[in-house]
Amino acid sequence: MEKGKGVMGAGRRWAVDFSDNSTAPSSRDIPDPPGFTRASVDQDDSAVSRQKKDAEANWKAQKAWEVAQAPFKNLLMMGFMMWMAGSTVHLFSIGITFSALWQPISALQGVGKVFEPYKDNKVDLLGPKLLFIALNLGGLALGVWKLNTLGLLPTHASDWVSSLSPAQEVEYSGGGIPL
Amino acid sequence: MAIRSFLILFILFFFSSLNPILSLYEDQVGLVDWHQQYLGKVKQAVFHTHKTGRKRVVVSTEENVVASLDLRQGEIFWRHVLGSNDVIDGIDIALGKYVITLSSGGSILRAWNLPDGQMVWESSLRGPKHSKSLFLVRTNLKIEKDNIVIIFSNGRLNAVSCMDGEVLWEKDFEGESLKVQQVIQPPGSNLIYVVGFASSSLFEMYQINALNGELLKHESAAFSGGFLGEVSPVFSETVVALDSTGLILLTISFQNGKISFHQMPISNLVKDSFGPAKIIPSSVTGIFAIKMNAVTIVIRVKDESKLEVVEKTNHETSISDALSISEGQQAFALVQHASHEIHLRVKLAHNWDDNLLKESVKMDQHRGLVHKVYINNYIRTDKSYGFRALIVMEDHSLLLLQQGEIVWSREDGLASIIDVTTSELPVERDGVSVAKVEHNLFEWLKGHMLKLKGTLMLASPQDIAAIQSMRLKNSEKSKMTRDHNGFRKLLIVLTRAGKLFALHTGDGHIVWSHLLQSLQKSKVCQHPIGLNLYKWQVPHHHAMDENPSVLVIGKCGPSSDAPGALSFVDTYTGKELSSLSLVHSVAQVIPLPYTDSTEQCLHLLIDADKHAHLYPKTPEAISIFEREFSNIYWYSVEDDNGIIKGHALRGKCTGEVADEVCFETRELWSIVFPSESEKIIAAVTRKLNEVVHTQAKVIADQEVMYKYISRNLLFVATVALKGSVEIGSVTPEESWLVAYLIDTVTGRILHQVTHHGSQGPVHAVFSENWVVYHYFNLKAHRYEMSVIEIYDQSRADNKDVWKLVLGKHNLTSPISLYSRPDVITKSQSYFFTHSVKAIAVTSTTKGITSKQLLIGTIGDQVLALDKRFLDPRRTVNPTQAEKEEGIIPLIDSLPIIPQSYVTHALRVEGLRGIITVPAKLESTTLVFAHGVDLFFTQLAPSRTYDSLTDDFNYALLLITIVALLAAIFVTWTLSERKELQENWR
Repeated sequence: MEKGKGVMGAGRRWAVDFSDNSTAPSSRDIPDPPGFTRASVDQDDSAVSRQKKDAEANWKAQKAWEVAQAPFKNLLMMGFMMWMAGSTVHLFSIGITFSALWQPISALQGVGKVFEPYKDNKVDLLGPKLLFIALNLGGLALGVWKLNTLGLLPTHASDWVSSLSPAQEVEYSGGGIPL
Repeated sequence: MAIRSFLILFILFFFSSLNPILSLYEDQVGLVDWHQQYLGKVKQAVFHTHKTGRKRVVVSTEENVVASLDLRQGEIFWRHVLGSNDVIDGIDIALGKYVITLSSGGSILRAWNLPDGQMVWESSLRGPKHSKSLFLVRTNLKIEKDNIVIIFSNGRLNAVSCMDGEVLWEKDFEGESLKVQQVIQPPGSNLIYVVGFASSSLFEMYQINALNGELLKHESAAFSGGFLGEVSPVFSETVVALDSTGLILLTISFQNGKISFHQMPISNLVKDSFGPAKIIPSSVTGIFAIKMNAVTIVIRVKDESKLEVVEKTNHETSISDALSISEGQQAFALVQHASHEIHLRVKLAHNWDDNLLKESVKMDQHRGLVHKVYINNYIRTDKSYGFRALIVMEDHSLLLLQQGEIVWSREDGLASIIDVTTSELPVERDGVSVAKVEHNLFEWLKGHMLKLKGTLMLASPQDIAAIQSMRLKNSEKSKMTRDHNGFRKLLIVLTRAGKLFALHTGDGHIVWSHLLQSLQKSKVCQHPIGLNLYKWQVPHHHAMDENPSVLVIGKCGPSSDAPGALSFVDTYTGKELSSLSLVHSVAQVIPLPYTDSTEQCLHLLIDADKHAHLYPKTPEAISIFEREFSNIYWYSVEDDNGIIKGHALRGKCTGEVADEVCFETRELWSIVFPSESEKIIAAVTRKLNEVVHTQAKVIADQEVMYKYISRNLLFVATVALKGSVEIGSVTPEESWLVAYLIDTVTGRILHQVTHHGSQGPVHAVFSENWVVYHYFNLKAHRYEMSVIEIYDQSRADNKDVWKLVLGKHNLTSPISLYSRPDVITKSQSYFFTHSVKAIAVTSTTKGITSKQLLIGTIGDQVLALDKRFLDPRRTVNPTQAEKEEGIIPLIDSLPIIPQSYVTHALRVEGLRGIITVPAKLESTTLVFAHGVDLFFTQLAPSRTYDSLTDDFNYALLLITIVALLAAIFVTWTLSERKELQENWR
């Protein structure tokens, strides 16, 4: 995920669009030079540029899906780590559990940023985003489950009654062996 | 997997290291604990007359202690506590090197080495019947360099060799009704006279050869008037007795075997005589004393029968035994009490009119009257005789008087504590004077320099010793104000003498002492007995200006219908605020959980006629009481007829005792134990002031068990009638022990368990929802301890988390005991090595800290045992989850870890009770153990998790902080310089 993002970002820092195919001259500040007809250029390059654009969109979509699937590997690794950590509360297991909780949360916060490079009119990013979110939610669920198995979630009755003071008794009795 | 197993090992190690080890380091002894040694009320004192060596006095006491004291300071050289069933009858010094004691009703004779107190020999004496024990050691009775001791006990006269305790000869006196009164040995002869009464009107005299026990003569003579009480020997062949009416003095002489009586009505001697008299026995030749009501009359016997009154006084008088100062000369002391002073006179026996010594000594009124006096002589530098007197006061204290001054005093009343309570100290205010902390700046600086040296490990051995003594004498701990942690308190103790002491928990010094007026012998109250102490007023919140006070309850005489006596004592000053002589008796005292607007606690006193009397007698208290009237119950455990009865209040008293604060009661229920098979031997309830943190107990796998916590639970143990005797005299089939848990409001028996083949004595302690008891298992020939835990099953279905989260449950709402409880119990038994004298449990302010049992062992030490060892959920192989919960694998006996003796190397001789008081710091509890000795310490059952321990490495912390600061400063300057250089470039 990280790697792909880096490459894409570096490649797209700036771009000159040679295949400007807008046909409306009014959209530009500068009028077209005399003798220049936009239509003929369009006709010349349209086939090539469309091909190019399609390839790029495909590539973007493919990359987006790849990025979306990346948390899955993470999930597997986390699961393994959790199994290693055991079910008792100590430094190691707590560290792993909290990292398992923190990673999906931070990933979910940055969903937009992760898919920024693949933003394209032609690319449908909803699918990959949903998958990404779902996988991260899965990771989060795994973390919460781990937290629960460690007994750190107040899900049991015992967590709510452990400091319940004893009930008052209405009656009072005293006495004993006569002095 | 390897990592996981490693982790498990790590965790196990972690948990095992949590086991609290109570041991302390050598230099921690005496920091928070103190130990005081006492003797009890002195019954007899014998001075060591040996010319050389240290000056000593040997005493025997009512606590059955034999001790040798230093005459200069009153310190104990050595001491032996013989135990409560080995009562000392007499002591003496023989051969100048042995202390001879006669004990256990005249059946055990022991000799102790005088310098170091080691036992030299012991011999047991038996006889045909029970009788008075008489004891005679004479230096002039010699058989081949060996002194003999003449003992009359259990109807037999014995002569025992002083060297090895061998019985030389014995002679039985089997006369049916013969009551031997005196054994007289005339000085300078080998004869012994045994005189006594037979069938109330016959005087018998036996003359015996002291060397071989041969009966030389036996004479008897009848006196129609009969005899009363004791005889007092006046001469070697004359005794004085009283006739059965107590109005006529009889001089009985048996010279040359002829018995003759001379009668002398007391009214002839004393003009305004009133009432029957009593003879005060004395060993002074020719002089005896009688007592009529409060008047003491000293009478001299002239020749054979002439009696002459030499002194008649209204003051309390004590006469010492005779002290032979030179050949044929006897001296004795007379002590008289006059308000603020005591007058000591030493006279020669044959010369009443002259005093050898006359002194007046100022005496603290809180010591009461002089009870006994013993004198000893010494030779002054001008070769004249000087006398010192050892006196025993009414409050059981022991004082040495010499040259008109009190040389030393010992507060031996503290050896017989009846009851203990605690009181807070005053809050530190500007006005309240604080103990002098440091003498001057130089001392202060020196102290701190030493401490610094110690922490930096630069101190020399001398410095370390100085630091240690500074730590022990820390004035902080004996301050007279409240401290933040609640370690400093006052222990208010009531002694058998009716004296109240306040001891400071910091170092055990006596803050004040007060001889209670209500427990003093008076015309209305002939034999006052102190019973109990209760907290009467515990000011906090709005009544902060009042001083706290305690209520002392006593009664006049041992009978159950003797009228009661109350005293209210201010615990800051020790002043008796008021004292009351009650018209009714006191059978039960029930402290009620209600207080009035001045924070006075309401107390209900039940008399022998089952009327309830409310104290304080104020309208406010009555209105508070009437509000709760229908919810107050009381119960009585009648252990002699095996009945437990429950009562409720009915209404105001009617009839002759109509009183605003008197209430009638009615019987609600009774539990009758079959008298032929069960006998009540123990009844224990929870401590009234115990705080329980929670009703839930979380067990492995997040399950919850609800404790059945009730203030109204009573643990009762009964044994089979045959089993109520000593251990070893019944077979296992004949004896069983039944333990009951009884609800004292409804009389419902919640649990019952029978231990077959077991017997008492039972010692039990009840806390929270569990009871632990100790008994003897006849089948296994070992002591056992059992635990019963009670859980409330009706609450167990409160499992809905949402209801609990939202608080929609009724777990904390008030409950009535009439709603049928559904309880389950869990119990388990373990072997325990020791027999036990007392059991207590630690108590903390909030009840969060885990509990420890404090067991007073037979060796007079206090052992702390974790409650976790007495957990009925222990199994042989606990599961992983149970191990994590802290359950210890089950073994058949309870471990005794030598480091967990709270008393470390000390012994609390004659241990009777252990009291625990919570400190303000949740982790800490204060423990006070009393017997003949007193011991106090602080305990932290789960270690001090809420404060830094004493051995916290402050030096390391300090060094780290300093090093960090230095590093910050250095790096800051370096970076500044670098920045400057950068800017110049």
